[in-house]
Amino acid sequence: MKYIYQFARILAVCFAGEVLAKILPLPVPASVYGLVLLLVLLCTGVLKKEQVADCAKFLVAVMPMMFVPAVAGVMDLTGEIRAMFIPFVLACIPGTMVILGAGGFAAQKMIDRKRGADHV
Amino acid sequence: MSEILTAGTVWGVLLTIAAYGLGAYISRKTGHPMCNPLLLGTIAVIIVLTVCGIPYTEYKQGASIVSWALLPATVSLAVPLYEKLDLLKKNLAAVLTGIITGVITSLAVILGLSVLFHLSKSQAVTLLPKSVTTAIGMDVSASLGGMPALTGAAIAVTGIAGNLSAEFVCRLLKITDPVAKGIGIGTASHAIGTSRAMEMGETEGAMSGLSIAAAGIITALLAPLAAGFLH
Repeated sequence: MKYIYQFARILAVCFAGEVLAKILPLPVPASVYGLVLLLVLLCTGVLKKEQVADCAKFLVAVMPMMFVPAVAGVMDLTGEIRAMFIPFVLACIPGTMVILGAGGFAAQKMIDRKRGADHV
Repeated sequence: MSEILTAGTVWGVLLTIAAYGLGAYISRKTGHPMCNPLLLGTIAVIIVLTVCGIPYTEYKQGASIVSWALLPATVSLAVPLYEKLDLLKKNLAAVLTGIITGVITSLAVILGLSVLFHLSKSQAVTLLPKSVTTAIGMDVSASLGGMPALTGAAIAVTGIAGNLSAEFVCRLLKITDPVAKGIGIGTASHAIGTSRAMEMGETEGAMSGLSIAAAGIITALLAPLAAGFLH
């Protein structure tokens, strides 16, 4: 029953996330409201990590499989892919390298500056 | 013939697990990031459906319980994030600067491409969340009027690109600090990139994992603003 209760707690947070997504005007998905809400509950100690961790870790570990049915939907989208093939490839390959470089470079600069300040 | 296979209630779930299992097996055997289990599993499903002449909509319905589990799984990402909270607090300025810079760059790259290639709004918002974890990315795409399946494919390809190019990009830009490397990799290429960051080192892996959820949340908040620039 332990796992069922853990799952029920996670589902209760999901439910709260769905309600928030419905009543708040922001175009933020229910999943993000739920994620932030669960993080807040853990940080404030309302929920203890042990009350959700086993079930949560299992779900996170098998999550990649859950995308298969949705991504297989591309089989009905061949026309749409052909229509935007070049920007699709540019966004995914060189685009990703630019984003990786920008994020890493900005973080590196902040770390260098902090280290410099520590030395002074 | 295919009517017999699809008459019951479990075939969609079974096909999903078998296809993903095959993908995971090949991935483990080859150890190559191109052999991503999600990508291979999806290809396997498409092949089976095409060969057996089963329409996608029937499979989607048959496997709906698998997709249903995505919401609790995404919410569960809070647990690994919570476990890395100390690391986040210790490097707060660098983490936030790196992730926000990465997310804004990502949105700017897609806006630039959509102007350059005259993409429709639906095409552009399909690509907008392509750097974040699939659960959040596909939700963002759907809520902004994109094509979630195509976003999912873009996310998988993005992850592989990040995984393969991470070391090269870090060397090119002299990104040497393990914290900075992890932030760049996780922000640009979510879990698939993170598996490379984990190979680079424990700090790289932990920072990359932390960046997945953080970049996802920040993208969910900023993508609607970016979509406002589109017609």
